[in-house]
Amino acid sequence: MVSVLKRGLAIITLLIIGYWLAQGLAGVPFGQDKMLVGRYYLEHVIEQTGSINAVTAVVVNYRGFDTLGEVTVLFIASTGVGALLWERKKRRTAKTEGSIVLTTGTRLLVPFVMLFGAYIFIHGHLTPGGGFPGGATIATAFLLLYMAFTMYEIPHKAFEKTEGIVGMAYVIVGLIGLAIGGYFLYDWIWQTWGLGRDNVGRLFSGGFIPIIYTIIGLKVGTELSGIIDNMLKEGVKE
Amino acid sequence: MIHISAFYFGSIALVLIGLYAVLVKKNILKMLIGLSIMETGVNLLLVSIGYISGRSAPILSEGITPDKAVDPIPQALVLTAIVIGVATTAMALSAVIVLYRRYGTLNVEEIRRLRG
Amino acid sequence: MNCVTCINYIIIGVMIISAILAVEWRDLLAAAVGMAAVSLFASILFLILQAPDVAMTEAAIGAALSGAIFIFAIKRTQRFETEEEERPGWWVRW
Repeated sequence: MVSVLKRGLAIITLLIIGYWLAQGLAGVPFGQDKMLVGRYYLEHVIEQTGSINAVTAVVVNYRGFDTLGEVTVLFIASTGVGALLWERKKRRTAKTEGSIVLTTGTRLLVPFVMLFGAYIFIHGHLTPGGGFPGGATIATAFLLLYMAFTMYEIPHKAFEKTEGIVGMAYVIVGLIGLAIGGYFLYDWIWQTWGLGRDNVGRLFSGGFIPIIYTIIGLKVGTELSGIIDNMLKEGVKE
Repeated sequence: MIHISAFYFGSIALVLIGLYAVLVKKNILKMLIGLSIMETGVNLLLVSIGYISGRSAPILSEGITPDKAVDPIPQALVLTAIVIGVATTAMALSAVIVLYRRYGTLNVEEIRRLRG
Repeated sequence: MNCVTCINYIIIGVMIISAILAVEWRDLLAAAVGMAAVSLFASILFLILQAPDVAMTEAAIGAALSGAIFIFAIKRTQRFETEEEERPGWWVRW
């Protein structure tokens, strides 16, 4: 009786909230031109940044500091998962080995999945994608290796060193921009050195966007693999 | 009756379904599923506000001038929001694993009764 | 029968039905798969709304990795939602 009353009250509250949201959104017409700042970014993106993908130019170049904050949040989450699930000795508890289809398919496919992930983050300024789906694809390749073999572990020392070096490299790129140009994350390749100005639309252009997306892709890939590794192992009681 | 587009209706429905799961259900993992569905609904709402009908994706290759591209700014916001959503979900799930090891149950009323 | 916008309505309808089922199922493994299905249909809708970067990110992160870590959390806790009996009066709870 009490739970039916509580459930009914919850549904009535949700319907009132839904009606209020819908009435607020009725004043926003769907599909009409309401760009203000977006029009400035679209008109000046090729001459100011050198990339033809406007979304990745906004994420890395015009709003690069927010991307640094996002990389920090992901780092804190990965450290938090490692700290909450810490045991003195850990091992994997999978009991059944994958079938012959899974192991053979994994051995054939893992290099291609990693190559595809690297392609996504290297061509971030030309095709849709960027650093974050590229890193997630690399983490999916490691997840496939975890699913197929019962005794596979990622090499911990190499991954932790890579993650630390790559995270420091992002801040160093920003500090070099501060030294050359005057503000943090100044695009010193496109605006001071002028490399690749005649190459817009090809691979060697776009300022420092490919460099930062390589850094972000490696960082996200190793961090998500670390999260998967921490959640799969259980502690051994001595 | 107010007239809204189908995309707005779909995203409001997702937010309401996720909020129902957080309010009514008693299992912690079911509440986290509701939270994740709410985040997907909000991202869908943000991208559908920036859509302009008749235009194409904001990648300025041959033939796409700034008159023929949709708004790139909501897409940049949502790109960040998706990654932060999965980071907070991972952290909440590891907290649930520690909670299960300590109390032995996933029911929030049992945990509140056993606390201490 | 020639409507191009019918596919929008169909995908939004299947997404809402999948979300309702993901919240209502008692088997938590099925609920995790339902959550991954909601992410997948949202990724298709992002592509219809001319946002290919967001569609790729949502498909890689929301559908694959978020569903996978949910299943790992279910592996280390319990799989089925239990039936709770009614407490004797809601005011003696604490």
